[in-house]
Amino acid sequence: MKNRREFLKDAATTAALLSAQSGLGLSRTKQHENEKPKVVIAHDPALHGTDGKLDSARVAALLDRAISTYTGHPRPADAWKRIVNEGGAKDKVVGIKTNGLGGRGISTHSVLVFAIAERLQEAGVKPGNILIWDRNARDLQACGFTINTDPSHLRCYGSDVSGFEENVETWGASRVRFSKILTRECAMIINVPILKDHSMSGLTFAMKNMYGVVEKPWELHGGGCNPGIADLNAFPVIRQKIKLTIGDAMTSVYEGGPGFRPEHLWQPNSLIIGEDRVAIDQIAWGILDKKRTEMGLKTLEAVGRAPRYIATAAGSAHALGTNDPQRIKLVEV
Amino acid sequence: MKKFRQILLGVLVFGLIAGSALTGCKKKAANPFPASGAIAGWEKAGETRTFEPKDLWQYIDGDSEQYIQAGVVSTSTSDYKYKGQLEAVVDVYTMGGPDGAQTILERGQTKDAKTIKVGDEGLQYAQSVTFRKGPYLVRIVAYQAGSQTAEALVALAHGVETNL
Repeated sequence: MKNRREFLKDAATTAALLSAQSGLGLSRTKQHENEKPKVVIAHDPALHGTDGKLDSARVAALLDRAISTYTGHPRPADAWKRIVNEGGAKDKVVGIKTNGLGGRGISTHSVLVFAIAERLQEAGVKPGNILIWDRNARDLQACGFTINTDPSHLRCYGSDVSGFEENVETWGASRVRFSKILTRECAMIINVPILKDHSMSGLTFAMKNMYGVVEKPWELHGGGCNPGIADLNAFPVIRQKIKLTIGDAMTSVYEGGPGFRPEHLWQPNSLIIGEDRVAIDQIAWGILDKKRTEMGLKTLEAVGRAPRYIATAAGSAHALGTNDPQRIKLVEV
Repeated sequence: MKKFRQILLGVLVFGLIAGSALTGCKKKAANPFPASGAIAGWEKAGETRTFEPKDLWQYIDGDSEQYIQAGVVSTSTSDYKYKGQLEAVVDVYTMGGPDGAQTILERGQTKDAKTIKVGDEGLQYAQSVTFRKGPYLVRIVAYQAGSQTAEALVALAHGVETNL
C-alpha cells in the first residue's frame, strides 16, 4: 500500500511522461521545445448580427484566423491536416466534444462546430469519421444538433447511445467510468466548451468540459470541483486524446451559471484556442473577472468561488499545464 | 377510565384519518403548468418533466447543488411558446418551505431586477421572471428578446401563480 507521498511522486512522474506524449506541439517548433504554451484569443466584434444571431461566415473566418495564428500555417487546410495527422487521427474518428449542459441559449454554438467539421473534411477526414458528441441527446439538441448514427454522414450522438465502460478507473480520490465514445470510438478529440460562470467551480471552460465524458459527473463536484476537475483531466485517456481546445467564448454568462441566465448574458465574440487546458482556463478566469468587475460584481475570489482547481491542475501531482500568466504566450488577433 | 380510553382511541383514530387525508393531499400535487390557451397567446410546447433532488443534476447539473442546499423537494419543468414564436421555459421548484424559495430568489439578484407583483415576491428582468409563493420558486425564462417578451412573461407567471 503506497503512502500519500509515494502516490504523489508516482502521479507526478506519470503526469510528466504523459505530458511529453500527449501534446500536439502545434504551438512550438522542435527547436523550441521549452517554449511557453500558446493561447490564441481571436476576436471579432461584429460576430453577432443586428438580429443578435451569429453570422456563420464570420464565425468560420474567425476560426480560420485563430487556427492559422495558432499553428503558423497561413492556409487553414494545411493547419487542419497537421492537427489530424499529429493527433494520430488520419483515417480514424475525430470527436468534437461540445457542451450543451446549460440548455438552449448557453450551449456550444452549432455554427462553430459545423465550421470545425467542414474544415476537418477539407483536410481529408470523411464525414462519418467526425463524431459530434456530449453526455446525451438532450445536451446535443440544446446546441441545435440532430442525432445521427449513420456512418455515411457526419455523426452526432451522446454517451447515452454508446454507453460507458464497465471498469471503474481511479485517479487520486476520483473514481469514474468513461464514455465508450472517448475510450473506443475516437482517436483524437477536439474540445469545444463554452465559457461560463459556474456556481460551484467558479468557471467552466476547457477542463470542466471533461465532466461530460464520465457517467456520474456529480460525484466530482465536491470542494468546488477541486480536485475533481484536475483529477479527471489527469486520467491518461483524457491526456492522450484531448488534443486541442477551441473554446467558444462567443456568448457567455458571467454570473448565475452554468445555466441560461439571460440577465447575465454577454457576448465576448471570441474564440480561445490552445492545447494547454490549464493555461486556457487561467486566461478565461481573467476574462470572466474583468467582465464581472465591469458589471459591478465582485470577483470570483471575492465571492468565494475562485476556480482553485486550476492551481491544483498546474501543481506537480497533476502537472497538466501552466497557470502562471508569465509563462503563457498569449496572442490576441 | 373506560370512557377515557374510548375518547383517547377516538382521538387517535381521528388523527390517523386526518393524517392520511393530509398525506393524500400532499401526494396529489397541483399541476402548476397552464394548459395551452389558458393564458392568451401561450401554448404548452412539451411534456412536463419532473426531477427528484437526487436526479436534479440531469436537468441543471452544476446548478443543482444550490437548490439541494436550499431544500428542494422536487423540480418540474415545461417548455412554452408564445404566439408561435417566442420560446420560453417554466421551472417550478418545490422547496421544503418558504425560506428555501426566498434563498434562491435572492441569490444572484442584481440592480437590473425590477420588482413585480406576482406571488409573495417577484423579480423581472428583460427575458425572465422569477417569483416565490409559499414553498414554490418559479423561474420563467425566454430564449428571445422582443417588444412583447416582458409583458408575455408576466402574464404566464400569473397563470402559474394561480395554479399554485
